[in-house]
Amino acid sequence: MAEKQLMKGNEALAEGAVRAGCRFFAGYPITPQNEVPEYMSWRLPQVGGAFIQSESEVAAINVIFGAAATGVRSMTSSSSPGISLKQEGISYCAGADLPFLIANVMRGGPGLGNIAGAQGDYFQSTRGGGHGDYRLYVMAPNGVQDMFDFPKKCYEVAYKYRIPAMILADGIMGQMMEGVEIKWPEVDVKGLEKQKWAIGTNEEGRERRMVSSYDLRDGMLEKIVLERAKRYKEIEDKEVLWEEKMTEDAEIILVAYGISARISYAACRMAREKGIKAGLLRPITLWPFPKKRLIELAPKTKNFLAVEMSLGQMVEDVRLAVNGRTNVNLFAKPGGSPIFAEEVYKAIEDIVKKGAKEYATVK
Amino acid sequence: MYQGIRISGFGGQGVISAGVLLAYTGILENKNVSFFPSYGAEMRGGTANCSVVIASDEVDTPIVSSPDTVIVFNEPSLAKFESMVKPGGILIVNSSLIKSEPTRKDIKVLKVPCNEIADKLGNAKIMNMVALGAFAKATGAVSIEAISRALPKVYKKLKPEVIELNIKALNEGATLA
Repeated sequence: MAEKQLMKGNEALAEGAVRAGCRFFAGYPITPQNEVPEYMSWRLPQVGGAFIQSESEVAAINVIFGAAATGVRSMTSSSSPGISLKQEGISYCAGADLPFLIANVMRGGPGLGNIAGAQGDYFQSTRGGGHGDYRLYVMAPNGVQDMFDFPKKCYEVAYKYRIPAMILADGIMGQMMEGVEIKWPEVDVKGLEKQKWAIGTNEEGRERRMVSSYDLRDGMLEKIVLERAKRYKEIEDKEVLWEEKMTEDAEIILVAYGISARISYAACRMAREKGIKAGLLRPITLWPFPKKRLIELAPKTKNFLAVEMSLGQMVEDVRLAVNGRTNVNLFAKPGGSPIFAEEVYKAIEDIVKKGAKEYATVK
Repeated sequence: MYQGIRISGFGGQGVISAGVLLAYTGILENKNVSFFPSYGAEMRGGTANCSVVIASDEVDTPIVSSPDTVIVFNEPSLAKFESMVKPGGILIVNSSLIKSEPTRKDIKVLKVPCNEIADKLGNAKIMNMVALGAFAKATGAVSIEAISRALPKVYKKLKPEVIELNIKALNEGATLA
């Protein structure tokens, strides 16, 4: 095994994207994701790519629309308030079937909020965020290794299904440093398949191509949206990712993503030491959400406990999947305050030992 | 094996660089590590702090709420972090700048005159290394030898003679633990 490299989350994300073939980045500064554009500004020119610091987030996403339309692997990143500004452009990209990577290093919200790590943008990321019927492929890293590895998977899914892909991280993940192992070879961009829909390719005599989210012809938009929905269905069938720890015999299964999943796992281990059979299901993709697996697990466990650094957003997906089959509880902490394993363990104890029903830290 | 560390001091005292160095040292010793800086509205002369975890198992959270060891370089840091030390843990106090007495009786307090030793060695900037030397000796979490190996890897631009000076500071610190 090669020696691990100590990398900061944001830098791992940027380097991972470059190695996954990203050759174009546009963005605008905001804490806690500033290392991403900073890194890209010197790294992309080294590999023949281009970096643009735009005049605003709105400009950045529209520049990305143009770049992605040429088929080049592109990326933008921001943090919560900046991602809100990009929503119109994201909807346009989704409507034009443009694949690209967008990273949200979440901070406390709503509004300008604060700059601490938080998970309050779950609804925004998984429910559209912008207008219209569309989806994003959303991956939730839970460490610096994931920050490095996930851009590659995002580009693969994005190009296969022509969908924007999002990495939903948080300020803790962006700012922390951990050891990273480089496990996959750098993507050879020259060897990537040429996109049959891409424009600006300067080929003589080919058919006219158009990239647009706009269609006024009678009934055409319905047809296009339904056609796209088939791809969404395929993604739900084939591209959902999750991991499980100690769920086989669990009387309580914690459901948590990102940094909350790591803390929840520690809480599960504390519970196991005290004789409580706790397990963890960590959604790796937030859309598609691992709902089929939750449906399978529901009859086998007495309790689910959603753990999130938000007011109770992901818990709605847990409830939708479980659909009343078993008790769903909530540990929620909004406002960018960190969660600690001891307090999650306390919730586990209250639920399992005291038999609390529909327990919630936030009512 | 698990060692959760909090380091705190004025911006410019080498809080962040000591934390990064410690994390890298953990990697050289084949441990799982994490480093997390405070990144709020920090300013020159204000207080900065960071969390470091060195562990044989997976690291659950990089934010250390109940550290095994706390290293404080200035008075405000002592006031803020003394209460956080795990019972039975270690508090390393930069006695060159901190004149208040720690009040906890359930922890081990190590007083290390970091600035004085650094000045004696001829470079005020290496005061953080004095504290790391004391840390390594007192906890056994990492060896002085491993920190010495990590130094040129983390700070690639340092001249060999400056690296040597840093290693001297580590060893001086170790004698006080």
